[in-house]
Amino acid sequence: MPRPAARALRETGFYFGVAFFVILAAFPFYWMVITAFKQNSDLYDVTNIPFWFNEPPTLEHIKYLFEETLFARWLLNSLIIGLCVTAITLVTAVPAGYSLARMTSRKGEALGITIFLTYLVPPTLLFLPLSRIIAELGLQNSMWALVLVYPTFTIPFCSWLLMGFFKALPIEIEEAAIVDGCSLFGAFIKMAIPLSIPAILTVVIFTFTLTLQEFVYALTFVSSSDQKPITLGVTTDLIRGDVFFWGEIMAGALIAAIPVAIAYNLFLDRFIAGITGGAVK
Amino acid sequence: MSAIAEPVVKPTSRFHFIFDRRAVLETVLIAPAIIYVLLLVGLPLLLAIYYSLSAYTIYDPTWKFVGLANFKQILQNPTFLDTLRNTFVFTFGSQLLGLVLGKFGAFLLLQPFPGRKIVRALIILPFAVPVALATIAWQWMFDSLYSVINWTMIAAGILTREEAPNWLGNPYLAMLCIIIINAWRFFPFAIVIFLAGITAVPQDVIDAATVDGAGFWRRNYQIILPMILPIMAIGLIFGIVFTFTDLSIVFLLTMGGPGGATSVLGFAGFQTGIVSGDVAHGAAISLFMLPVLLVVVIFMLRFIRRREI
Repeated sequence: MPRPAARALRETGFYFGVAFFVILAAFPFYWMVITAFKQNSDLYDVTNIPFWFNEPPTLEHIKYLFEETLFARWLLNSLIIGLCVTAITLVTAVPAGYSLARMTSRKGEALGITIFLTYLVPPTLLFLPLSRIIAELGLQNSMWALVLVYPTFTIPFCSWLLMGFFKALPIEIEEAAIVDGCSLFGAFIKMAIPLSIPAILTVVIFTFTLTLQEFVYALTFVSSSDQKPITLGVTTDLIRGDVFFWGEIMAGALIAAIPVAIAYNLFLDRFIAGITGGAVK
Repeated sequence: MSAIAEPVVKPTSRFHFIFDRRAVLETVLIAPAIIYVLLLVGLPLLLAIYYSLSAYTIYDPTWKFVGLANFKQILQNPTFLDTLRNTFVFTFGSQLLGLVLGKFGAFLLLQPFPGRKIVRALIILPFAVPVALATIAWQWMFDSLYSVINWTMIAAGILTREEAPNWLGNPYLAMLCIIIINAWRFFPFAIVIFLAGITAVPQDVIDAATVDGAGFWRRNYQIILPMILPIMAIGLIFGIVFTFTDLSIVFLLTMGGPGGATSVLGFAGFQTGIVSGDVAHGAAISLFMLPVLLVVVIFMLRFIRRREI
């Protein structure tokens, strides 16, 4: 008799543990959703039970975001910044990753590690000199400053990620192409790149999400509302003086967070493999 | 039959000839990335060091060299010492909490159970979503009047409305809040790192240990833990670097307050260098991050070298 009871107890404990972690991780997002669709009178009544709708849900916060604020503009800015940074990153990081993977000397490896380490140089150390450089270039208060600066962390990260991928690509394929009369450069363009489309796609997704997640540079370089990317706009521009528009803020945060969350979940394993750089094999 | 062995001769231009030398091609391919990083990471890093030794402000952009005067002034400022201490408390508090949560979470997610994929996707959320957006959600949860945490405790009868804490208004609670948010943000990362490490431990090693009489704890701490240590170290390095230099959580949640209780290095550098325009002192404050970063870099390089041997 004690056996099944002990098992049931252990299983209950296990599911309690899982439930604890799910609630801990997901509750703030549940809270975003419920706030975004609640009527103000429901939101700011402390006698109401806050966990669900005491009055019918409403779309008024989302409507307000798109009609009365620059929310749509911020979305567009983020899209433009993301696309430009992705383009710059691909043009520089794909050849760099390939080159690092094919360098056989110890110097090549040292170079790879150095490039990766620059990913760890924090924005809070560089923002002061960069803000002066941006002022010199006349880009202050413009989203193009972010297009210029964001590749400083996407290039190192993506070069490292791609290096790992190109290393796994058998060099024999390229050698076969060279024997068939392809130049070295041609082997890279015609053989290595087409075979690495999945890796390049991963890089595109990550570059895009990294630009959406960035906050420090955006905060430092951009102060005009119409130039802000979405993350900065939602968190700093929907507060008038001391008044927080919680419904609008949560709705905006939700809309900005959903695509990033989905992308991350789909590409998580590659991300982990990328940063641990084959520490486990 | 000799035609098969005949190499294909292509008309080669000088251009082709140069590009066909492996070393040259490798250099050309990597050059754009190196140049970009040198210009926008290397140069600013040197500039930051120079600014910290000068009297540069945005109102008086002088290149006058003042030696270590800025550092001396900063170190004599008691608020700065508090900032330094806050930064360490914030970093190690949140990493410790994140690691403990990560270890337990990974332990749970290791077992197969129905709905595990969905659970994993939900648990990853805090790490996936932009930290600024998550912070603002937490700010709403810590709201002085409408805090859902307080509401729950009051409804459960733990507190009365008069006793309800003002999370962001109390120096100790405010520090606890930023630690919780940062640990919350990093624990999914720790879980994934643990899982990646544990699943990489060969099953036969664990089986062999079991046959040899190693119990649950022994297997965990003497077999598995040493084997996943390298990957854990890398995860921890990321956590420490990104926490030690963080600005967004403090900026959005507490603005360093109340009374400087949650001011951290990144925030202090921002306030002095950008908001007040005192670039020289701001750069000097930010440079206090450098020793920690250097330790991390040295540790990582030694670790990578040891792995090769």
